Amino acid sequence: MELPPYATTGQRIWFYAFRVICGLILFFLIAPIMVVIPLSFNAENFFTFTPEMLALKAEGYSLKHYRDFLSNPDWQQALRNSVQIAPVATILSVTLGTLAAIGLSQPHVPFRRAIMAILISPMIVPLIISAAGMYFFYSRLGLQGTYLGVVLAHAVLGIPFVIITVTATLVGFDKSLTRAAANMGADPVTTFFRVQMPLILPGVISGGLFAFITSFDEVVVVLFVGSAGQKTLPWQMFTGLREQISPTILAVATILVVISIALLTTVEVLRRRSEKLRGMSPG
Amino acid sequence: MTAASDDGFVVFDRVQKSYDGEVLVVKDLNLSIGKGEFLTMLGPSGSGKTTCLMMLAGFETATHGDILLDGQPINNIPPHKRGIGMVFQNYALFPHMTIAENLAFPLEVRKMGKDDREAKVRRALEMVEMGDFGGRRPAQLSGGQQQRVALARALVFEPELVLMDEPLGALDKQLREKMQFEIKHIADNLGITVVYVTHDQTEALTMSDRVAVFEDGRIQQLAPPDELYEAPKNSFVAQFIGENNTLEGVVEEIKDGVALVNLDGGGLIDAKPVNVTKAGERTKVSIRPERVEYNKDRLHADAHTLQAEVMEFIYMGDIFRTRLKVAGNDEFIIKTRNAPDQRRLKPGEMIEIGWLAEDCRALDA
Repeated sequence: MELPPYATTGQRIWFYAFRVICGLILFFLIAPIMVVIPLSFNAENFFTFTPEMLALKAEGYSLKHYRDFLSNPDWQQALRNSVQIAPVATILSVTLGTLAAIGLSQPHVPFRRAIMAILISPMIVPLIISAAGMYFFYSRLGLQGTYLGVVLAHAVLGIPFVIITVTATLVGFDKSLTRAAANMGADPVTTFFRVQMPLILPGVISGGLFAFITSFDEVVVVLFVGSAGQKTLPWQMFTGLREQISPTILAVATILVVISIALLTTVEVLRRRSEKLRGMSPG
Repeated sequence: MTAASDDGFVVFDRVQKSYDGEVLVVKDLNLSIGKGEFLTMLGPSGSGKTTCLMMLAGFETATHGDILLDGQPINNIPPHKRGIGMVFQNYALFPHMTIAENLAFPLEVRKMGKDDREAKVRRALEMVEMGDFGGRRPAQLSGGQQQRVALARALVFEPELVLMDEPLGALDKQLREKMQFEIKHIADNLGITVVYVTHDQTEALTMSDRVAVFEDGRIQQLAPPDELYEAPKNSFVAQFIGENNTLEGVVEEIKDGVALVNLDGGGLIDAKPVNVTKAGERTKVSIRPERVEYNKDRLHADAHTLQAEVMEFIYMGDIFRTRLKVAGNDEFIIKTRNAPDQRRLKPGEMIEIGWLAEDCRALDA
């Protein structure tokens, strides 16, 4: 964007103010996360920048918090739980969410909007309310404090993301493609897996990614529905903050940030590649 | 024609269709299509023609009546078991598959072996002159090329019946005309039955063995192209097929197969009574622009003539298109061949026009 030669004083002021505002927004979004990264390499057991760190001296930095994360059995148990819960919850969310989105995109389904609103409600209802509700409900069913209970709870939280992203891809889906497949002799199941699924895959994958990150980062629901046996990484971070303020939390946070960025990048690369293959976007 | 039409390859027997349970989109459709026939369903949008095609393909269900394919009722057979080929309006090629994979799809779902499959795909692509494009994706092809691929894909599994839903609608005029002939030739060579839906009457006339003109959920006329053009059965068909001049009036008398019509705008003319039966009835007479004559030597001595004022003369190269004011109608068009002896009319000139009684059809008002 260039400032045109005929710009008035007001426009000139706004031109620069706009850039300052954008810069501030990005700063407030990113700064808290960026601060965590150097602090996680702190040689001391504090949450502050030491004079050595600020002077960029090597002795001010260390990997000891990362070492702690990898050797401490509490953290290792939490990591194992997270890795066991998030993928299963994601698979459940993706399967159910995709089917729901496809079903709800059929014009003849009665009460589509109402059903959609109910399925998406976990995203809108305050988490603490969902969590408390699930606690009482799952207790009755004997699911409270079980692995299955946490997986189900996280799947419920992930489903809205899948529904929303898949519904968005279905809007642009050409119905005559499924008709063409049927016409050529493909039964509905073959049509789904050979024609519809490959075409809505980008939406399914990004929905799945959101569902995975939701489960991986989630702390409120797991505190209610889980027990010590289902202690996840965010749970361990939360208790760690409360009880022993150790910079290991910062090391874990850094690892989680890196994983999130890596996942987002992978998905974006995959999406661009599949679009290029289909010739949907140039280059 | 219910029992008598059992010998048809495709039979619509008293078929009705309603989407909302109140309005009938298709009203009492009876149609028998012979094996190897190229039948076109022609009509304006909303006339029910596409609905008929969708019922035949199985994507819509008939509210009432039977559809028979080769003598078997197919109302309860799902689309994927009907074995009917179809070319869609937007081609519906699978964007994530190459052209060859697109064509192999119907063969794969039929569990055909790889070698057979490849041979058939190659043959189908060569038939539409797209042999070198097997490795490409649909988005890399032009509209005309995609159209050819869609055609090949509908034919590759050798269906006996192929449906085409306005397949040439998205192409430019020249390409459309070229494809009309190609589709016609391929259909003739393979001996397949084609049901073709279009709203383009030129397409219908050039390609079809028979044309069914749809309007308001009914077939208005079912006839070969020449009959449709030269002998329309009612004023809708006359107006819809080709260019047509209409004059309104009242039947004075019907004698010896000729109706004398007193025009509202003044003047008496001879016409062939088509669906008028007695004197006093209101009628719309229909005359094709190329059948109007203004050279007196070529008219019968006793032919009724009308006074006409030349409004506009348009030079179109091969023909002259002249707009006249006749009996109060100033949209009266005549077409004359650009021949050496043809006189070019000038605006403002008064001429006398006439025609043979059999070229002028007295239809319903």
